[in-house]
Amino acid sequence: MEKNLIVNKKSLSNVVCEFEIYEPLIAASAKAGQFIILRYGELGERVPVTLVDWNEQKGTITAIIQSIGKSTAVFNSLKVGDKFTSLAGPLGTPVEIKNYGTCVVVGGGVGIAEVYPIAKALKQAGNKVISILGARTKDLVILQEKMQQVSDEIIITTDDGSLGQKGLVTDAIKTLHDKGVKIDVGFIIGPIPMMKWTAKLMTQLGIKPYASLNPIMLDGTGMCGCCRVVVNGQTKFACVDGPMFEATNIDFDNLIARTSEYKEQEKESFLKHEKDHKCKIGLH
Amino acid sequence: MPNPALPKQEGQRQEPKDRIKNFEEVAQGLTSKQAAIESSRCLNCKEPRCQAACPVNVKIPKFIAALNKGDIKAAIEAIMTTSLLPAICGRVCPQEKYCQGACVLKEKFGPVSIGLLERYTADTARKQGLLKAPKPEQETGFKIACVGSGPSSLACAAQLRRLGHKVVVFEALHAFGGVLRYGIPSFRLPREVVNSEIKTIEEMGVEFRQDILIGPSTSVKDLLKEFDSVYIGSGAGLPTMAGIPGENAVGVYSANEFLTRVNLMQAYKFPESDTPVKIGKQVIVLGGGNSAMDAARCAKRLGPEKVSVVYRRSQEEMPARKEEVLNAMEEGVEFQFLTIQKEVITDEKGHVKALKCLKARLGEPDEKGRRRPVAIENSDFLIPADSIIVAIGQKPNPIIAKTTPDLKMTERGTMQLDENGNSSIKGVFGGGDITRGGATVLLAMKDGLEAAGRIDNYLKTQTPKGK
Repeated sequence: MEKNLIVNKKSLSNVVCEFEIYEPLIAASAKAGQFIILRYGELGERVPVTLVDWNEQKGTITAIIQSIGKSTAVFNSLKVGDKFTSLAGPLGTPVEIKNYGTCVVVGGGVGIAEVYPIAKALKQAGNKVISILGARTKDLVILQEKMQQVSDEIIITTDDGSLGQKGLVTDAIKTLHDKGVKIDVGFIIGPIPMMKWTAKLMTQLGIKPYASLNPIMLDGTGMCGCCRVVVNGQTKFACVDGPMFEATNIDFDNLIARTSEYKEQEKESFLKHEKDHKCKIGLH
Repeated sequence: MPNPALPKQEGQRQEPKDRIKNFEEVAQGLTSKQAAIESSRCLNCKEPRCQAACPVNVKIPKFIAALNKGDIKAAIEAIMTTSLLPAICGRVCPQEKYCQGACVLKEKFGPVSIGLLERYTADTARKQGLLKAPKPEQETGFKIACVGSGPSSLACAAQLRRLGHKVVVFEALHAFGGVLRYGIPSFRLPREVVNSEIKTIEEMGVEFRQDILIGPSTSVKDLLKEFDSVYIGSGAGLPTMAGIPGENAVGVYSANEFLTRVNLMQAYKFPESDTPVKIGKQVIVLGGGNSAMDAARCAKRLGPEKVSVVYRRSQEEMPARKEEVLNAMEEGVEFQFLTIQKEVITDEKGHVKALKCLKARLGEPDEKGRRRPVAIENSDFLIPADSIIVAIGQKPNPIIAKTTPDLKMTERGTMQLDENGNSSIKGVFGGGDITRGGATVLLAMKDGLEAAGRIDNYLKTQTPKGK
C-alpha cells in the first residue's frame, strides 16, 4: 500500500468526514495532541489537521475534517482509493499525559474529535475522565460512542437542546463544580470563543485549563512564525511549542484577530471552487 | 586570441516597468552571440585567481575555453567536475565577491561575466541534452542520510553519491530545494531550474523523501541505526522578529512567512492557488539583507501602491548584494535609511495601521566594523502601513537541537563543529546555515561539498551497516 492513501471514509454529519489514511510511519510514532499537515493538488494549501486516532498494526491514522472552506471541501470530496498529494507529521508537541486525578475534557463541535485522543490517553494513564461535548445541535455531536468508551462520565450540551442539556459547555462545568466534583485539570478544544470563556471559567473555579490553539499555519515545522500566539505575554509558535498551551493567560483576542485575516480570500476561494465545480457538472 | 577589450556582455534583462507585473526571471542571460564574445574576453590565466576565489572551485578558465570553442559538452563537464548545481550557481552566486571580484580584467576592462557564462553553459547544455548526471563510482555499500534539501544538503548528497555511496535526502516540506524553493523568488531563480537540477541529482541515484521532519518522530539517533552517517543541512529556518510592541498584530509577517506564501505556495496565483497573501496598499519591509530585498521585490509584484524598506543604517552598510538593492530601486521600492522601528501601531481590530520609528545617525563601528545606528532622541515619526514584513535575520530551526540532546550547539543556536569539522556525535556532520547561522547559498554548497569529503574519509574507517 502507498503512503497518503485513503483506505476508509465515512460521513459523521453533512459537513464532517472521517478518513482512515495509510501512513505507517506516523501511526507508529503519533502521540495525543499532535497533528498532521494535509495538502491536495499541486497548488493546494497546507492544512493542519489533528491526529484523532492511529493504529500501528494496520499502519493507519484517522483524521476528521469539517468542511469550512475550499481546501476542506476538496478533502471531503475525496474517496477511498484517492491519495492526498502530501501529508506530513506527526507535528507539534504532544500533550503531557500523566495521572492528574480528575480531568475534564471539553470538545466543541469538531473539537470533540480533536479532544478524543487526549481523553483516551488520559484514561489509559489512570485518570478519572469527565467528557463534556458541546455543539450547536444534535447532528453536530460526533464520536459520542467513542468518547463514551474512554470517559467515566459524559455530558452533552447543545445550543438548541436537541441532545443532552440545553446550553453551553460552561454551564455543564458550573453544574459539576456546584455539585462539589473536584476537578484537577481541564483540556479544551473547540471554537476560539468557546475556548476563551471555558478557560476563563475554569481559572475562576480553580481548575487548571489547557487549550489547543488553531491559528493559521503554513509550514507547521517552526519555520514561518505565521502561527504565533501570545501566552503569558510571550510569543510562542503553536506548531512547535504547542498546539496545547496552559490557557489562563492566552491572548485569545489576538488569536481571533489573526485567524480572521484571510476571511475574504477564503470566501473568494470557496465561491470560485463552487463555481468551477458546478461548471464541471454542467459538462457531463 | 583572447580580446579582453571587447565590450563586456551583460545579457538581456526585463525592463522594470514590465517585470514588476510578473514573477518571470529578471535577468535573461546571454545569447549565443553574446556568450561567444564574452568567452573570448577570458585570458585563460595560467594561475586563475577566479578559480581560487570560487567557493566550490569551479574550473573557470577551462569551461570558458571550451565554451569559446563552441564545445558545450566539454564546458559543462568541466563545471560539473566540482559543481553539480551549475544553473543555480550561475544565477544566485554573488560572483562580484568571488570569481569576478578576483578577475585580472576587473580594473582595466571590467571582469569577465563568469556567472552569466556559467548560466549560459548550464542552460544550453540542458536544452541540448548534454547536461548528464555523472556516473557514480562503484557502490560502496555505505548509506548516508542528508537532513534537509537546501543547497548544502544537495551539494553534499550529490558528491557522496558520486563517490559511490547510497544517499537519502529528507525534506520536511512537500517540495525539495529548501531556501531555493521557499526563499529565493522565481524572478531570481525560476522553479524549472531548481526542478531540473534536483532531477539531475535524482538521476544519479540519490533518493528524495518529502514530508519528513527529522527530529520529533524520526530522530537523528534513529537515522544512525539505519544509516552509516548523517549530514545535517537543515538551514536557518527560524525567523528573528524585531521584538517591538505590537509585533503580533494582524498584517505583520516574518520574511519567512511572506516568502513561503509567495514562493513555495505560489500565493501570487491566488485564487488559482489555494494559499492567499494580503499586504494592502502600503507595505513596509524591515531590514537590509538579501531576504529584505527579496521580500520587497515580491511585495512590489503583488501590486501595492508603495513598498518601503526601513533600515537602521545607511545604504553603505546594507548587507544585501548591491545588485539586488539596485534591482529593488529600479523597481520603485523606496528606502528609508537611518530609521529604527519602535512600535507597530494597530487599529481597533488589531490590524497594522502604522509603524512608529525613530530617526538615527551613525555612531562608532561595531565588532564587524559596521557603524552602529544611534537613535536620535524625540525624533519619533509614523509611517502608515497596511502590512509589515520583518526581514531582520534568521536563526537555525531549534528542532534538531531539541530532539538530539547529545548534539552540542553554540550559544547562537548553531551546531558546534570542532577544528576538523566534526560534530559532537560520531558519524554526524553538518554544514550550511545550521552551522553558520544565516549565510549564502554558495557558502552552504561549499560546506556540503567539504562535508562530503569528510564523510567519505570517515566511512573509510567503518564497515557498512548494510541495510
